[in-house]
Amino acid sequence: MKKKLLDIAHARSGDKGDTANIGLIAKHPKYYPLLVKQVTAARVARHFKGMIKGPVERFELPNLQALNFLLHGALDGGGTISLKTDAQGKVFSTALLRMEVEVQR
Amino acid sequence: MTPASVRVAGGQGFWGDWLEAPYRQVTGGPIDYLMMDYLAEVTMSILQKQKTRDSSRGYATDFITQVERILPVIVERGIKVIANAGGVNPRGCARALADIARKQGGGLAGKLRIGIVSGDDLLAEGRLDGLLARGHELANLDTGRPLRDVRDKVQSANAYLGAAPVVDALNRGAQVVITGRVTDTGLTLGPLMHAFGWAPDAWDRIAAGTVAGHIIECGAQASGGNCLSDWKRIPDLAHVGYPIVEARPDGTFDIVKHPNTGGRIDVAGVTEQLVYEMGDPRSYITPDGVADFTTISLAQAGKDRVRVSGVKGKPATDKLKVSIAYFYGYKAVGTLVYAWPDALEKAKAADRILRQRLQDLKLEFEAIHTEFVGANATHGALALKELDARDLPEVQLRIGVRSPDEKRVDRFTREIAPLILNGPPSVTGFAGGRPKPEEIVAYWPALIDKGMVKPSVEIMDV
Repeated sequence: MKKKLLDIAHARSGDKGDTANIGLIAKHPKYYPLLVKQVTAARVARHFKGMIKGPVERFELPNLQALNFLLHGALDGGGTISLKTDAQGKVFSTALLRMEVEVQR
Repeated sequence: MTPASVRVAGGQGFWGDWLEAPYRQVTGGPIDYLMMDYLAEVTMSILQKQKTRDSSRGYATDFITQVERILPVIVERGIKVIANAGGVNPRGCARALADIARKQGGGLAGKLRIGIVSGDDLLAEGRLDGLLARGHELANLDTGRPLRDVRDKVQSANAYLGAAPVVDALNRGAQVVITGRVTDTGLTLGPLMHAFGWAPDAWDRIAAGTVAGHIIECGAQASGGNCLSDWKRIPDLAHVGYPIVEARPDGTFDIVKHPNTGGRIDVAGVTEQLVYEMGDPRSYITPDGVADFTTISLAQAGKDRVRVSGVKGKPATDKLKVSIAYFYGYKAVGTLVYAWPDALEKAKAADRILRQRLQDLKLEFEAIHTEFVGANATHGALALKELDARDLPEVQLRIGVRSPDEKRVDRFTREIAPLILNGPPSVTGFAGGRPKPEEIVAYWPALIDKGMVKPSVEIMDV
């Protein structure tokens, strides 16, 4: 059945210049393979379509049951240049948690 | 003799963090070191401006008032303090600290040794122009542009120093180490290298100390603050205990906090902090070494105690990161609040009207950015498509512009207030008045060969 990532994961995000990073962490180790399989860089890029200008990179941290995403061109220039409320990408984390994934019952 | 364990407490996560935290860290239970991080990427340019106006300034003044309060305790208990509060004037910061130590009396005279770490400032003594003249491009790590394109706009330029000069200052008996632009992680790694005698090429230990530093460098973000995991059940954030690294000579360490403090230290929360501002987790690069975050093991080792082990590291690179701040242009952001009914529709209409007027005035900008706070400001279209907008009680129109031309930005700021009387209805929330054009000082990250930067350590006895 479909669930929001919010139900099976938590996250924290931040910035490096014009790039936002999102660390996505499985709430339980059993959900990590599902994250790896379904929350691909391409899917995250589609999720944030129109909100980011550059590509999305993904890194795996199986030791922490976490994925790290880099969203390039996400912050309107970033830091002091940006006109965005979220100039430091602090809440891209929960924006990702809106994504729906298929969870086996 | 090597101690069996050492406790390094995080006391400030940025300049502006909780003023109570350092006092609570030194009085709430035993610690050996207090680490305080004050420097964000553009803080150095603010400090540089202050120093230009008054040569005795240019450091984080909060540090002085904070240390004034804890000075008797740290001297009595032998707690050492490491802080990058020196900004662009670590010597001035040390002088200010020495002054208040002398004023406090109470037998402090002759008991306080201050270590001063500098050498990071590349604007000093014409170093930056020397580097450029010798062919160092200091190209922007994000865009590839050479620094000479903006050289005349540079306001500060600092190399990130590592833990080595901190270790040197501690080895020479400094009780308070005041640094310029030392990496956040170096402020924690330094005392661990000093206490345990870790060699600079013990790469796994260096990586472990770096990970420890990363965990506590943002203050309470490792002990329940800004923690999404099960956040409603995090106890007593009003009295949150800031994190403490309890490290052992083998490089393993626990993240803990003082008893009878609020917050929570668990694997989920420490994991959130580990991935914060993370790039490639296999290569967390600092001047001291390269840590591999995919080797970290976390385990709950008790209530409010997370054990960190298994950290692997790789040799340091031959470069240092340089943080340059340069004048970029101007920006201004104006806001108005629209109320029910149709709050979002009204705000959108106001945005269209305002943009039409800017167009009629032939005012072009590098960027115009509109947000509807309460509807899409943080999550954009992702939020709008899940939202029933008709019943929103209010929406804030937030519109900003950016330009190299201050006059254009200023003209924009005069187009907000008229909308109150000549735009859509049910508008309020303009009490703050006309927004002011604001100077943009932007960040320019670059790399420099390590050999080009010479860290220095001075000792000042009070």
